Amino acid sequence: MEFYSLQDFYVHCKGITYLVMGAILVFAPLYWGFLTDREDD
Amino acid sequence: MKEIIARITDKVFEKQEPDQGCFTPFNIVAGIILIIGAILTVLRFTMGFETVTNLDNNNPWGIWIGFDLLCGVALAAGGYVTSATCYIFGLKRFHSAVRPAILTAFLGYALVVFALHYDVGRPWRLTYPVFYSQGTSSLLFEVGLCVFLYLSVLFTEYSPAALEWLGFKRARNIVVRLTIALTILGVVLSTLHQSSLGALFMIAPSKLHPLWYSTYLPVYFFISSMFAGMSMVIFEGSLAHKYLHHKMDQTHLDESDGVVLGFSKAASFVMMGYIGIKVVGLAIDNNWHYLTTGWGLWFLVEILGFVLCPALLFAAAYREKNLKFARAAAIWTVLGIVLNRFNVSMIAFNYHLPADQRYFPSLMEIGTSVFIVTLGVVIYRFICTRMPILHEHPDYKAH
Repeated sequence: MEFYSLQDFYVHCKGITYLVMGAILVFAPLYWGFLTDREDD
Repeated sequence: MKEIIARITDKVFEKQEPDQGCFTPFNIVAGIILIIGAILTVLRFTMGFETVTNLDNNNPWGIWIGFDLLCGVALAAGGYVTSATCYIFGLKRFHSAVRPAILTAFLGYALVVFALHYDVGRPWRLTYPVFYSQGTSSLLFEVGLCVFLYLSVLFTEYSPAALEWLGFKRARNIVVRLTIALTILGVVLSTLHQSSLGALFMIAPSKLHPLWYSTYLPVYFFISSMFAGMSMVIFEGSLAHKYLHHKMDQTHLDESDGVVLGFSKAASFVMMGYIGIKVVGLAIDNNWHYLTTGWGLWFLVEILGFVLCPALLFAAAYREKNLKFARAAAIWTVLGIVLNRFNVSMIAFNYHLPADQRYFPSLMEIGTSVFIVTLGVVIYRFICTRMPILHEHPDYKAH
């Protein structure tokens, strides 16, 4: 991907970072559920 | 004073049960390593760096910093993690793990300071940054001050065991009352210097490979120290079970499985979080394209092979209540931490230099590090076989 200004570059990087952080927010409770789902057994 | 010295001497030379004599395989191997270490120490302090190390102007920090200091501090994090778990979060089922963890942390930090004497040019000036000439704008000053303070805190946290052993009840009771304050101080100081050790490398953005260099380095070092500490508690617990089983009382034996599984669960979750922030680091610096290079492959080996895989093994251990999985994952994680610290301080550091100018530790440097680790193991064993570390002292059962 080519960038023509610093603005472009930061918009791209931050955009991807927000997507990653969103994915982490979704994944974290799911993983916690996976870790603890046998605790009641 | 004479009485105190006489009591300490009597206790130190008290005969231990079971008595297997001096020439056990452990004693012989440890003795040989300590003799070689003593020779290397003499060489280091009489002949200088050039004789014992491969350090040069391009690589002034070698394995004594990468292993003895960075790995030593990270792996000693079990002290603050376990005491915070027990005394701050109130999870009293981890109580039996606190003393062994504090002892490991205390010895770890003491040996870090000991190893630092080998690595600095003028070790007799090691106290200067704290007492004589404070460089308050330097991260090294902050690390030095924190390590100095935290070592004092750890010594105080460990001292009730020694005081119980020596029979100094009043002094022991005074120190025990400070437990919460010391735990809070320990967590604060650990947060500061664990992260600052990572921040040290932020001064060299052009020397450290972009996949390891990040403005989040302090966060990476701090978060990774948490699961490093938990893994070390599991690892040393399994060693204690194997070799010091006769020194463990029923409470320790009953609680140990819960400690292993509890820390497995926590380590697994924190490790996944660590992978998450590593990916955030890649994204914010737009370093994705490096992943397809040789360095990228090595980075993936570290992250997938030594963080993701042990994290999943910890998860499997907790879900299946499988202690073997947990112990294997703990060793795997410890190796991963060592690999990460080596990558940051040596392997990915000065990555642009031609091969003949890259650093590789000399045999004598490695020998000195092995000597220091062996010294730690010998002192740990000495203390555990005498003091109430793996068992409660009969006079203080209520504690």
